[in-house]
Amino acid sequence: MSWLVPLPVVVPLICAGLALTQARRPRVQAVISLAALSVVLTVAVVLLFQADAGPLVVNVGGWAAPVGIALVVDRLAALMLVVSSIVLLGVLAYSVGQRASDVESSDDEQTPVSVFHPTYLVLAAGVANAFVSGDLFNIYVAFEIVLGASFVLITLGATSDRIRAGTIYVIVSLLSSVLFLIAIALIYAATGTLNLAQLGQRLPELPEGTQLALQVMLLLGFAIKAAIFPLSAWLPDSYPTAPAPVTAVFAGLLTKVGVYAIIRTQTLLFPNGALDDVLLVIALLTMVVGILGAVAQDDLKRLLSFTLVSHIGYMIFGIAVASQVGMAATIFYVAHHITVQTALFLVTGLIEQRGGTTSLAKLGGLAKLAPALAIIFFVPAMNLAGIPPLSGFLGKVGLLQAGIDLGTPLGYAVVIAGLATSLLTLYAIIKAWNKAFWQTAPSELPKVRTPRSMFGPAAALVVASCAITFLAGPLYRYADDAATDLRARSPYIDAVLVDGVRGDGQSTEAEPTDDATTTAPEPGGEDE
Amino acid sequence: MIVSDNTPSMVLVVVMGALIATGVYLLLERSLTRVLIGVALVGNGVNLLILIAGGAAGAPPLIGSSDEAMSDPLPQALVLTAIVITLGFTAFILAMAYRSWQLHGHDEVQDDVEDRRIARRAEQGELDTRSDEATANAALEAAQVRDETEDVPDATSKEGHR
Repeated sequence: MSWLVPLPVVVPLICAGLALTQARRPRVQAVISLAALSVVLTVAVVLLFQADAGPLVVNVGGWAAPVGIALVVDRLAALMLVVSSIVLLGVLAYSVGQRASDVESSDDEQTPVSVFHPTYLVLAAGVANAFVSGDLFNIYVAFEIVLGASFVLITLGATSDRIRAGTIYVIVSLLSSVLFLIAIALIYAATGTLNLAQLGQRLPELPEGTQLALQVMLLLGFAIKAAIFPLSAWLPDSYPTAPAPVTAVFAGLLTKVGVYAIIRTQTLLFPNGALDDVLLVIALLTMVVGILGAVAQDDLKRLLSFTLVSHIGYMIFGIAVASQVGMAATIFYVAHHITVQTALFLVTGLIEQRGGTTSLAKLGGLAKLAPALAIIFFVPAMNLAGIPPLSGFLGKVGLLQAGIDLGTPLGYAVVIAGLATSLLTLYAIIKAWNKAFWQTAPSELPKVRTPRSMFGPAAALVVASCAITFLAGPLYRYADDAATDLRARSPYIDAVLVDGVRGDGQSTEAEPTDDATTTAPEPGGEDE
Repeated sequence: MIVSDNTPSMVLVVVMGALIATGVYLLLERSLTRVLIGVALVGNGVNLLILIAGGAAGAPPLIGSSDEAMSDPLPQALVLTAIVITLGFTAFILAMAYRSWQLHGHDEVQDDVEDRRIARRAEQGELDTRSDEATANAALEAAQVRDETEDVPDATSKEGHR
């Protein structure tokens, strides 16, 4: 069944082309993209169960692994695929609903209909590609696909604000891509391969200083993408100005693609943990600085963007601890955070639609005006803060446990910072809740109805984020198994390089030791 | 002589350094057009770096075309991909710079209004009040923060563009 592996990338790409041909028929476009993402979701769920038996590998074009490009779905990738396709589908349904209502009210926020669907599908393909690819350069290409699509989405309509915010986003993203590309060039120069599995074999043989330099370069590129302090300043500036569904999907997925890349490279390529202490400090700073930023905000979207930055810190925390408990908790936390953050941004979109603004200085009294809205905001908000029965709490407990197991002063410091961040998240979000929902509005809010077509998908995502709480048992077990695989490394490497050197498929003259003949200035370079 | 066969040309290394250095300098500018040139320069610099990573130049990248050693074809494939990607993004930034010029009469990256507003309100100690006087001033200020990239006095030249 490994033929399923490329589908999450191929199906959205083909459908993006199809949707582009139907530019004048928004309904047909909507049907095409909803169908495409439903297929992807189905495939992802099947892959989730299949990957439980071991990683699935496809050698693209039939070329054996280190020569050709390998696509790999292991437990981590499968889980990410499922969660991301749920979120992508939910947000798409929401934006279809919004589009329908926008046409009636035709405000200036209305997005150009024809490019949205194709671009969105390209984004979906890029995200999936980043998750399944087993080749460093292919990850770079996936990032660029995602970036290209996100550039278009963040500047939809090209209003003054969006151009301003988009400029920052575009330049910072391009910079991170350049750093990533430099890292790729250096890694290729040092090892003569870009296949992740083969890199996992070769990188640990390099001198430690070289390894460290390569690791820092890779982390720099990914850290900008994942918005890790001090490389996070671009995020709260650029995300909030985009249309609500776009912000929601960016907040949920794009930073997590960066986090996924960090998890993958830290565990597979640099297992010696040379930078773990540095990462712990960075995680601490990200959590604290991010949440302090959130406390100061009085615009709901910006507040949520800052909490997003802050909670990336938790994931880096788990990665830095690098123990079994920490890694499992990180994977669980990523899954939880993708759904919750997206749900919150979608609900914020509803608040904007209902109240005409997201400024907490102007909103008020929504609990009375729109009780249903109040409920679907309150539940994910509490989930984000980590109130006990919900999944945010479960993820945080795992992370704190891992931090305490570490037993070092730094470990305890990060645990305390994590607790403080959780408390401050609660404070920030309760403050927002009070202002928007309980206090009376300074001036009368406009009388509009929330269309059911927008409310439904947002509510569905909230339910999905709660479902993670109910499925926490099996999900945590799955995350735990995924963490075991990641830490062992051999399941991934053995699945890609079946006989230890080559994967399945054809390749010319399979020399046993070194296929990248002329590259490496390493002692093994065997030309002539 | 295996090692020297693989040693890339020094000229390439120097050119790469120069491209990236000038590119980074331009990236730090406020004007989008300069940033654009910066992106292009850095992009080409990194492409050269990948070529350098592939070893010495000169040999054909195909098996069996001659008896000599073949050079590694993979970096060339990577560079080709990177060039295409850079091209696409260059076009996008160009469009964005043009749109910015259409909207504002210049193509400079503006300061973030919201940051200024929050700072203003914190200064006045009214972070939690519901008054909102700071907004208008902050927006105006952010729009006025510009780098002097033109020699001509500002107001007249901008009118001229429109």
